[in-house]
Amino acid sequence: MRELMVRAMYCEMLGYEADFVYIHAIKLAQQGTVLEKRVGISIFLKQNMYYLQDLQSTNLIEVCMALTVVSQIFPKDMIPAILPLVEEKLSHPKEIIRRKAVLALYKFYLIAPNQVQHIHGKFRKALCDKDPGVMMSSLHIYLQMIKENPASYKDLTGSFVTILRQVVGGKLPLDFNYHSVPAPWLQIQLLRILSLLGREDQSMSELMYDVLDESLRRAEMNHNITYAILYECVKAIYTIHPKAELLEKAARCIGNFVLSPKINLKYLGLKALTYVVQHDANLALQHQMTIIECLDHSDLIIKRETLELLFRITNAQNVTIIVEKMLGFLRLCNDDYTIIDLVGKVAELAEKYPFTIWFIQTMNVVFSLGGDLMQPDLPSNFLRLFADGSESEEQDRQLKLYAVDSYLAVLKGDCSHLPQRFLQVISWVLGEYSCLKEDVDQQEVIRLLKKLLEQRGVSSETRSWALSALTKLCKGPGYAELALELAESLSSSLDTVLRQQAHELCLLSQDSQLHARVLPHPAPSDNLEVDSSLSFLDGFVSDALAAGAAPYKPPHQRQEELSQQRALSLEPYGLSLPVTMSSCTLTDRQSPTFLSMSSDLSVLCVCSANTLMLEGVKRVWGKDGYIPQKEPSLTPAAVDEPSDVVQSPDQQGAAETSLPEPEPEPPQLDQEKQQLASSLFVGLGSQNSMSLLGKTEVAVPRFRRKARQHESASTSGTSESSSNSSHSSRSTTDSFLYGGLLEEEPATPIQNSYHTLNSTSENEGAATVSAKEDKQANSSQILGKSIVSQRNCSKSLPVAFPHSSDSMVLQLPSELQELPHSDVVSLTSDPHLSVSCCRVFREDALLLVLLLFNPTETALRDVAVELSCEEPLMLNTEEYGKLWLSISNDVKQNLKLLTGGGDPLRATLNALKDSLQLHIVDIIGSEGIVACHLLRGGPCLMHCRVHGASLAVWLRSPLPSLPDCLLYHCQRALQEH
Amino acid sequence: MLMQFMLLFSRQGKLRLQKWYVPLSDKEKKKITRELVQTVLARKPKMCSFLEWRDLKIVYKRYASLYFCCAIEDQDNELITLEIIHRYVELLDKYFGSVCELDIIFNFEKAYFILDEFLLGGEAQETSKKNVLKAIEQADLLQEVN
Repeated sequence: MRELMVRAMYCEMLGYEADFVYIHAIKLAQQGTVLEKRVGISIFLKQNMYYLQDLQSTNLIEVCMALTVVSQIFPKDMIPAILPLVEEKLSHPKEIIRRKAVLALYKFYLIAPNQVQHIHGKFRKALCDKDPGVMMSSLHIYLQMIKENPASYKDLTGSFVTILRQVVGGKLPLDFNYHSVPAPWLQIQLLRILSLLGREDQSMSELMYDVLDESLRRAEMNHNITYAILYECVKAIYTIHPKAELLEKAARCIGNFVLSPKINLKYLGLKALTYVVQHDANLALQHQMTIIECLDHSDLIIKRETLELLFRITNAQNVTIIVEKMLGFLRLCNDDYTIIDLVGKVAELAEKYPFTIWFIQTMNVVFSLGGDLMQPDLPSNFLRLFADGSESEEQDRQLKLYAVDSYLAVLKGDCSHLPQRFLQVISWVLGEYSCLKEDVDQQEVIRLLKKLLEQRGVSSETRSWALSALTKLCKGPGYAELALELAESLSSSLDTVLRQQAHELCLLSQDSQLHARVLPHPAPSDNLEVDSSLSFLDGFVSDALAAGAAPYKPPHQRQEELSQQRALSLEPYGLSLPVTMSSCTLTDRQSPTFLSMSSDLSVLCVCSANTLMLEGVKRVWGKDGYIPQKEPSLTPAAVDEPSDVVQSPDQQGAAETSLPEPEPEPPQLDQEKQQLASSLFVGLGSQNSMSLLGKTEVAVPRFRRKARQHESASTSGTSESSSNSSHSSRSTTDSFLYGGLLEEEPATPIQNSYHTLNSTSENEGAATVSAKEDKQANSSQILGKSIVSQRNCSKSLPVAFPHSSDSMVLQLPSELQELPHSDVVSLTSDPHLSVSCCRVFREDALLLVLLLFNPTETALRDVAVELSCEEPLMLNTEEYGKLWLSISNDVKQNLKLLTGGGDPLRATLNALKDSLQLHIVDIIGSEGIVACHLLRGGPCLMHCRVHGASLAVWLRSPLPSLPDCLLYHCQRALQEH
Repeated sequence: MLMQFMLLFSRQGKLRLQKWYVPLSDKEKKKITRELVQTVLARKPKMCSFLEWRDLKIVYKRYASLYFCCAIEDQDNELITLEIIHRYVELLDKYFGSVCELDIIFNFEKAYFILDEFLLGGEAQETSKKNVLKAIEQADLLQEVN
């Protein structure tokens, strides 16, 4: 295995793909010996999790390796997981560990500075570490931090100076010497920090003078490393507040560099000089001969650096020659980066001295050399300068004439190789200024431009520049024919811009008055006033709106809607949403989602939540108030009785009397009722179909547990663990109940001496169970008690308890009364029966106590209580579409498709509808959409598509576990079919 | 100071070792490598060890048949980078005992270990030759015990 891994690594190293072995590498790193660990870790850095374990190891080397890996490229989102472990390592007894930990933190700092903010104190501790290696590592962090914010670390200047002094004085162990120079890396790091701290700060700088002087003095050995230090010293000296004495020494150093025969030193000298001349241009004078030599150096790099230096010392006198040198270099150069850089610099120089023929010449060369690589603002800068002109009219004129002449000359030659940008500039200048020149025939200019227009290999952008130049030139009746010809040839162009321009040209050339107005000559140099609010269009807009046009939507809104539509169109029912997205229909929408609810209690917030989502913010362009925002009328408690409430078949047959429909509860429920609602909702019979029979019957709700926890349940038929994972952000009790509901397992049939369960049909999320009771309970209360998921099996405890016949207040059975419980709340009552309920919180379960009270003397028989917590959500397709988009939490699954008889999709959905109280919103072709919602809870949307013999179901709900639960019940329902 | 990447390649242009301290796609890495190997190999021996390349500085040095090539940022100190290369070569030399290209080919993992011990995340971690070698030896020892 190891052998193979090494080979794979070698492949990787040579640049071949070896992704497939990563996982094996990780495995190897996890279980292997140290060698294997090393092998696995060192190269395959892409996977990261495994060294979490190593960080905690007690083995020094393993920790080292883990830290090494951590410090390599590391993803940002992993940092919080690793950070505490690494932080802990900062106080490790071994210095190597501390050092690596500090560097790892440095890396973290680079990746995500705000995540290590809290440990700045520890960085200070690292800086004071007794081991110089650790101290040195911490300097990396400090350099970075000081770079970002020098002001807050000024207090450390003294310490840095002291450290540097010690280092320079050779106080460090000899290990750190490099070619008998004490810790050069450390010195350089410190010098950098000092220069940052001392910049533009005299008091800080004064602290450093001595030590800088000493560094300069000490570094006199003839070795690269001392030069490196010297270079850094010089830079520092020139960065901080100047001190004449030091500057002099530094200048001498630079002189040594520049004059050195070693090419590397020369290069560095030039670089230093470039840095220095900004402060002191005279230094360059001392070395001018050397600079000239370097300018003709055979090594391009040296040349380039010299040009850089020259660029810094350019003034009005030497600009011509320096630019010439730069252009010369440009001609030789073939590296894109260098070209872009140099072209920019030349243009910058040239623009400092405009209004000369030299300027035009230079820019011409720049355009032709720089071509299309250059920064796009260069040509426009040039044109602006050119158009603005100088103070002197005459000079201006001369300049423009010269430009026109030179460009005509360029165009007369072969211009196929010229960069597009240059051609654009030429077109513009000719269009604007060729009329200044009397002796040139306008026809000639036009002919050239036309040639350019028709030339192959010219981009359409350039064409449009040329065309607009032509438009400017074609004034007066003489050109009408030409204009027509052009317009005709271009009217079939694929480029719409060109076509439009051709059309404009055609019109403008026929009407010279219009031409003069549109294209006044000379072009006004001051900025045209643009009415950015486009107020002159207001009249048009309001007319159009009055005529029924759709209001304008700003691009971002359109984009949004477009993306929504796009997102929709990916989903099958998007097709059936006609123009819902257009704001016309949006604004016409008056009725929000009409939610029909059978329950009186649980209507509260669902509705408003839904309706709010429907109304998008509209922006209307044009007359304000044109489209008044229509407030969605909230109809929170739209109540109707669902027709498809499932009833136990046997009950249905036996139903003799049924309770009157429950009254709709007003939306303003007080707190208590809220609680009640939630307690009801947990599965207690929302009394939507309660049938009273002569015979007493006690309902024992049965709960189903969602699929996820089903395995555990199946191991022991009776044992269930109640898990009350709250997944709803309601009040704690609510979520407690809520969670309890969705997590329930099917209880084993509940039987005790009093009850025989007569389980009939089950409902999703709740169950309808009718239990017959032998006991004849005349005129006494019946306590139906549902016991929700206990470890020791659910049981039912019918407890007769004393009642006062004159009072409706019911009491809990004595054994439950000690437990914390909610108030007994009356749910509904009528002359025959009153129903109350109470929640009892036991340690291991939530008990829901249903109290049925029969005030009459007649015996109660066959009470069936149906518990439902979910019900159909009445939506139309359009609302469904909107709701769908607003919800995430996708769950996808394939379900069995019912076969036999007609449309399998319809059959399946109907079956689901019957057994699970769903609302089938629409069926389109092989796809169907279904909606339901929890009482008091969020909606759940289901999208089904027939896929071969199975039904691909895609559920969305704001409640994370609702789709899972629903899916489970769908599966059950289909199996039972 | 941050080093962007380090490449080792032979005079024939074969890549021997690569270490990237900045995240780049494989494609990009290959492109950079190809470009750099070409540019560096084309340079004459007497020329400057520094190169401007894109917006980076390339510092390279040739040792026998191997080119060591580092990319640093423009404002960095080229000379000290040169010395980093030199220190690395010294470390290799000390570890292998007069190192040659074959040592790096056959014991490339050791070369990586040494580099990791010396440079961490693009920064010089431990400049003491003795300490680096001690760390490597310890790791080797542990590896053999296992």
